[in-house]
Amino acid sequence: MLLRAPGPTGKRILACVDLIFKALADPTRRKILDELSENDGQTLFELCQRLVVIHQIGSTRQAISQHLAILEEAELVRVKRKGRYKFHYINIAPLQAIGQRWTGKK
Amino acid sequence: MRIYISSIPIGNYDKALTFYTEVLGFVKKRDNEMAHGIRFITLVSPEDPDGPELLLEPNANYRGIKALRDALAEDGIPITSFAVEDVQKEYERLQALGVKFTQKPMSAGGWKSAVFDDTNGNLIEIAEVPEP
Repeated sequence: MLLRAPGPTGKRILACVDLIFKALADPTRRKILDELSENDGQTLFELCQRLVVIHQIGSTRQAISQHLAILEEAELVRVKRKGRYKFHYINIAPLQAIGQRWTGKK
Repeated sequence: MRIYISSIPIGNYDKALTFYTEVLGFVKKRDNEMAHGIRFITLVSPEDPDGPELLLEPNANYRGIKALRDALAEDGIPITSFAVEDVQKEYERLQALGVKFTQKPMSAGGWKSAVFDDTNGNLIEIAEVPEP
């Protein structure tokens, strides 16, 4: 099933709902979203550092990079390149659309 | 056996010297012409002139180094780390000089650090290093 953005711009497909729930099903990926919601726009290096020292998540950079790819596929994380660097940002639009699916109609 | 040197890949001696001496504040310790155009340049911290030396290695175009540096840059990984007294103060000092940071000062688990672009193709970390 495809998810559309709420409101008048709802034509655009956000992401496949299954991908969103799959992405959210993992505790490390939820911690990544927690981290980005507190400090948006982090490099992989910073994210790994924060996950280790703040959350005691000792996953390798390789593993965190794979988690980020799954979050990106679900459009929960967006990547912006600035020059040679890559920064990760949280994107809450799919979550809002999910919320509206059940709470939006009465 | 002791650790005496650490090398930084660079593309151009003068550009690297300007940044590492004028902006970061290191001083030249050695500058020997090894062969035509090849110099052996090392820098030290004025706070620790007998400490480890930093070698400016002109290997930026070597494909192995190029691949390594591109991969590190993309993921924001610093090539080395320098100790400072106060990360926040150093961050503000360097920012005022136009240095670009990929990671603002962050503090966690007794460590404080930040990461900047050395304008010579490397990311460098500055850190307040706790006692072992």
